[in-house]
Amino acid sequence: MKILCCISHVPDTTTRIQFSADGTQLDRTGVTFIVNPYDDFVLARAAELKEKNPSGVHVTVLCVGKNGASSTDNVDSNLRKALALGLDEAVRIDALPVDGYFVANQIAAYAEKQGFDLLFFGKESIDYNGSQVPGMVAALLNLPYISYATSIEIAGQKAVLTREITGGKERIESPLPLVLSAQKGLAEWRIPNVRGIMQAKTKPLHVLPPVEVTPRVQTLRHELPPAKGPFKKIDPDKIEELVQELANKGLI
Amino acid sequence: MSAVAVWAEVSEGRFKKSTLEALTAARTWADALGLPVWAVVIGKEVPQNTSQVLAEYGADKVIRILHPELAEFIPAAYARAMAAFLAAHKVPYAVLSQTYNGRAMAPMLSVWADGALLSGIVQVPEKESAGFRARRIAYSNKAIEWVYTDHLPLIVTMRANAIIPARAPRPSVSEEDFAFTPSAEDLRARPVGVEKVATDKIPLTEAEIVVSGGRGLKGPENWGIIEELAQVLGAATACSKPVADVGWRPHHEHVGQTGIQISPNLYIAIGISGAIQHLAGVASSKNIVVINNDPEAPFFKVADYGIVADAFEVVPRLIEAIKKYKAEHTH
Repeated sequence: MKILCCISHVPDTTTRIQFSADGTQLDRTGVTFIVNPYDDFVLARAAELKEKNPSGVHVTVLCVGKNGASSTDNVDSNLRKALALGLDEAVRIDALPVDGYFVANQIAAYAEKQGFDLLFFGKESIDYNGSQVPGMVAALLNLPYISYATSIEIAGQKAVLTREITGGKERIESPLPLVLSAQKGLAEWRIPNVRGIMQAKTKPLHVLPPVEVTPRVQTLRHELPPAKGPFKKIDPDKIEELVQELANKGLI
Repeated sequence: MSAVAVWAEVSEGRFKKSTLEALTAARTWADALGLPVWAVVIGKEVPQNTSQVLAEYGADKVIRILHPELAEFIPAAYARAMAAFLAAHKVPYAVLSQTYNGRAMAPMLSVWADGALLSGIVQVPEKESAGFRARRIAYSNKAIEWVYTDHLPLIVTMRANAIIPARAPRPSVSEEDFAFTPSAEDLRARPVGVEKVATDKIPLTEAEIVVSGGRGLKGPENWGIIEELAQVLGAATACSKPVADVGWRPHHEHVGQTGIQISPNLYIAIGISGAIQHLAGVASSKNIVVINNDPEAPFFKVADYGIVADAFEVVPRLIEAIKKYKAEHTH
């Protein structure tokens, strides 16, 4: 069974966000980039499947991105971190991820020829939260798509999954190959052990040129969010003041 | 003829608030463009009073795409149906809400319609040179991004709670069926059962008010005050990650970066310190009340109202004060 895990290279949540003078680009100086936290769920699930059947499961980790200037902004080192979970090989498509359409086409062009049974994604990346890429890849390759998956079990050429929906969960059956986007629950996050980290250093990491795709959406600029309104401290002995404030805003 | 199409999502036989938000967005956009709004209902059957409800919120025409195989939401089948309709009538604009199903369907629709996708936008697209621009929230609420496209068809998904549903009754509404039969390929990922959790509760992603508890509540047995405060406010309940991780509360209540991201009108955080990963999921709430006995809790920095006090002491009094206010102001 061949599994493809697609990961995003995103600024750490705790990092300070700044932009270039014209606001079009993230200023990557001094920013620590991490594997998108939702992608960690699929990496962990792929590692579980690999552990159960080491010779029968092959896992490829893919990222569309360019290495930054600093050591904290290196796509290759994030790919190696993913490999350290016991996965087999990595692919970096050497291009800046311009928009979801561009990235989805890069992944689809690569995956088309590889015969993957499972294409794994996080449900969204924490930079733009668009949830665009997995569904676009499924549509480009005409594969079944299960979004917000919280579990997947495989039996032969069929998978049983659960998917999060408003107010509950849905059970889904699908043939392989399929595209999945993961929600928390798919697997427990894993931390690589020393042996995994050592082995990852020598695992194959292929850098491929991008295919030609014209992006459809461009960033005009970024702005900082509007400043919060004034903070009001409420005396716990005058709790009615809070009720009145909320009522004045039509919230009660 | 050109129009703004809107996917009128049906959930448990009715149109939810998110659908009305999408309709309002479509109406606003269509008015700016001088176009009609076509509301597209996909399913096995339409809910009762479909045309009345959709016309009330601005639809000029209701399009029904009905087929027995469309009884359950399957993203590929619904996206194909919508793409077929947009192509057949050369509709250049489509609006969906960014619900679980809207997020699943929109990217597939954008590919099959050969369109551009702006997702999670917080306002209706505005004309800009030859195309449109719109705003969305980026980097865990730390930035706003302006995006632009001149590619048509243009498909947009509206972030939840970004737009207030507004009645815009149309004098008359027409109805039309669009024939579509999903292919076997589009039906491959089949739902085989649904597990509902607490159906009497308000879903978190739709709630206008959310009451949330953290480790400061010391144990699951103390959640009564959270539940009761939520009940008097008509709110949904939520919790922080550590609370879900230790099993005090179910995972589907976890709000924050790896849980559910919400932006209600009012978020009340009780006994939650406000770690950055938690704020990433809630900081776009329009009003934030923080109750914490630690005056140094980082959550106070993003709060509109703060109470430094013991939750067990102050929350019951808050509940009583709200009940009293409601009793005095309800007739």
